[in-house]
Amino acid sequence: MYGFRRVLAGLGLTIGLLFGAPAGAQTADIGQLVTALATGSFDDKEKAIVAIAASGNPRAAAIIEALGAGTLYVRKIDARIVIATPKAGGLALADAATGAAAGEGSEAELDRVRVNNRLRRAIEAAVGSLTLMSPDPKVRREAAAAVFKSRDATALAALESALAAEKDPSIRATMRDARAAVLLGSDASEAQKLEAVAIIRERGDREALSLLRGSQEANKGAIGNEIAAAIRSIEQNLQLWQAAQNVWYGVSLGSVLLLAAIGLAITFGTMGVINMAHGEMVMIGAYTTFVVQEVVRARAPELAGASLLLALPAAFVVTAAVGVAIERGIIRFLYGRPLDTLLATFGLSLMLQQAVRSIFGPTNREVSAPGWMSGAFELGQLTITYGRAWIVVFAILVFVALNAALKRTSFGLKIRAVTQNRRMAGAMGIRAPWVDAMTFGLGSGIAGIAGVALTQIDNVSPNLGQGYIIDSFLVVVFGGVGNLAGTLVGALSLGILNKFLEPFAGAVLGKIVVLVLIILFIQKRPRGLFAQKGRAVES
Amino acid sequence: MIVARALFADNRRLVLCIAVVLIAGIGLPLLNLLTPPTSALHVPTYVVQLVGKYLCYALLAVAVDLVWGYCGILTLGHGAFFALGGYAMGMYLMRQIGSRGVYGNPLLPDFMVFLNWKQLPWFWQGFDQFWFAAIMVVLVPGLLALGLGWFAFRSRVTGVYLSIITQAMTFALWLAFFRNDMGFGGNNGMTDFKEILGFSIQSGGTRAALCFASALALALGLVVAASVVGSRFGKVLVGVRDAESRVRFLGYRPENYKLFVFVVSAMLAGVAGALYVPQVGIINPGEFHPANSIEAVIWVAIGGRGTLVGPVLGAVLVNFGKTWLTGALPEVWLFALGALFVFVPMFLPNGVVGLWRSRVKRAPARADKTAPLARPAE
Repeated sequence: MYGFRRVLAGLGLTIGLLFGAPAGAQTADIGQLVTALATGSFDDKEKAIVAIAASGNPRAAAIIEALGAGTLYVRKIDARIVIATPKAGGLALADAATGAAAGEGSEAELDRVRVNNRLRRAIEAAVGSLTLMSPDPKVRREAAAAVFKSRDATALAALESALAAEKDPSIRATMRDARAAVLLGSDASEAQKLEAVAIIRERGDREALSLLRGSQEANKGAIGNEIAAAIRSIEQNLQLWQAAQNVWYGVSLGSVLLLAAIGLAITFGTMGVINMAHGEMVMIGAYTTFVVQEVVRARAPELAGASLLLALPAAFVVTAAVGVAIERGIIRFLYGRPLDTLLATFGLSLMLQQAVRSIFGPTNREVSAPGWMSGAFELGQLTITYGRAWIVVFAILVFVALNAALKRTSFGLKIRAVTQNRRMAGAMGIRAPWVDAMTFGLGSGIAGIAGVALTQIDNVSPNLGQGYIIDSFLVVVFGGVGNLAGTLVGALSLGILNKFLEPFAGAVLGKIVVLVLIILFIQKRPRGLFAQKGRAVES
Repeated sequence: MIVARALFADNRRLVLCIAVVLIAGIGLPLLNLLTPPTSALHVPTYVVQLVGKYLCYALLAVAVDLVWGYCGILTLGHGAFFALGGYAMGMYLMRQIGSRGVYGNPLLPDFMVFLNWKQLPWFWQGFDQFWFAAIMVVLVPGLLALGLGWFAFRSRVTGVYLSIITQAMTFALWLAFFRNDMGFGGNNGMTDFKEILGFSIQSGGTRAALCFASALALALGLVVAASVVGSRFGKVLVGVRDAESRVRFLGYRPENYKLFVFVVSAMLAGVAGALYVPQVGIINPGEFHPANSIEAVIWVAIGGRGTLVGPVLGAVLVNFGKTWLTGALPEVWLFALGALFVFVPMFLPNGVVGLWRSRVKRAPARADKTAPLARPAE
């Protein structure tokens, strides 16, 4: 209640300041100041700038900005001070003090009001404090953030009046931080400074840290101790956020790995078919996305934002069809010969790469991000881009959907039946060859969907799939064959492990360490994290 | 005795193959050196160079065949052993450049001067001596194979799992050797070699000698492989390939057999790499690329796994095709290679040699006996 009343009072005060005073007196005042600005010495000009900024006059911002931009002129004939804006065939003039139109003119009839570097600083500070009162919340926020960075003591008065007037709580917080930053650098009282340290400590980000570190020199004694304590607390806090950041990056990488590996978990994990062309299925999915985007751009530009969504079913259908063709054309002749399957599918991956290279050219193709996937949002000290966030969500959706398809549908039941005991499944009337083809198609289709997602974070090139194939196999082997949950855990733990190793070992060495760890892990648990048990294992 | 028996008991084709290799290895360089360029019998220098390269590839293929064709270990990482042998030789050749490098540093290779290194890393010590480098050529790949194999075979990692581990190994090395701070020249690798054993690496005589040395190494490699597979030991290996569990139940320890043959094979691959580097004049991390290792496997598959002549034939045929196609129709090469990968396992599981054998003998029963890999691996 108290807060609300205070805000109301502040609001009333501001309105009173802006509009309550007699308009005539104010214009007269500003007229004198403007004259001083235009014709006085540089010292007079600086005083005039400060006075105009502090006057609260609605023209103040326009005048000072014009001065800064070099569009404030003195007209030679009548010594009237005008602001010029370029228009066709000359300059449109407006009276500086009143804003009233004052005809037209050319450069030759005008004298520019000159500024030096000292004045420019004063102008910047004045503009900064003036924009604090701007009706546009975005401008106010930026102005407050600018004051926080510049710690300009002259902005203090403007900041305080802006703070009293501000209603938006997040902008208020920024202004409070800015005020604290200014106070800390000024010769304010100890109590004020202690309060400022507390406010900045609460802010707790890297900028707060560097601000505190910078002010450590000037402040000794109780304040110095308080600053040191604040720095320690912020550092600890930031370390936690750093860990959280690593986890997020790890989850993000893990979800990419999951997308790439989950189709493989079906073909390799449940069918036992080692498909070295799996990466190329991902690649084909990515190129399908590109084609869909181009078609949408050409035929239905109004759907451009949805082209990624349209690409999902398209990529699934295309890659699933390719997958079924591969299974029927090659792999079914090689069942029971895993090493030969490996060679044949590797050859296939070479041919698919070369085919795509011949059709689309060897250079990278660009798939643009739709509006709802670009940009970022802040979560505490984390910056999370929408693209990455959507990929995590998407990976989870695919995982859940696939799990449900395998566990809850009759098709999933058939897949599991054929995997567990082919002959018995056949005896129960399941067409095992048909199930084989469909399963392989499903795994390939999922890879194609992964390709759609990967267009957002990777280059769409013929080599796209190669980068994922070894990682995908490692995920499936690590997680345990024949088990989707293992793939999920494997992908996430490998992703997070990778990201935690990177700061210590660098990206490449981190990857090598992960590889070595997996090799050692397979020694301990040759069948992966979630091993299948029972007789089927050895066969 | 064992060697003689293995060579002559039932393998006249192998003797023929070794003879052809040696004759080509001596004859072609001699024709290059002794006949005038105008003569009809003259062999151009680049042909000698190519033949030398093919012979090195053939030795790598024999090494792959030894573990895959006879022991059922599909290695997708033999290119790593080949490259390690090559790097060992490359380090010797780098040290031989001495002060003739661009920066003229008598001790440090150019890339180290460029990286502002002050002294030679410990692992470069000794590589100025040929005998030391020669030992390293077999020792380093051998030790890596020993370490990897010991871990993998003891915990009974088999089949495609093992294949993926070997591929991951070469992938890891590939990434590692790209790094400048590894001390192996980073992305650019090592090149600009001057001398080997005091002979200029560019001269015709040295080229001829290297080509001959490759032929000799291949011949010796074939003899080693034949003596391994022709012995009682080799019979157990084939047993491991066809029914590992049964061999174990009979009281053998398959992991020891596999480990031994894996290490021998890695050493052969290292020698092949060491002979390859002075002939092509460069070694860089690209040699570690997983695709190279898989390509070596397809040479064996095309020639005929489980025979000793097959890999030699396959390596020469495929690489000849590669040289010809990448020159004539570069777009088609990957299609052709991919098609080979697809169709050889499907229609030609025993490779060219198997085809020839079944044509000549017209005895399907015998072809089946030599086609154990057509059955499910364990």
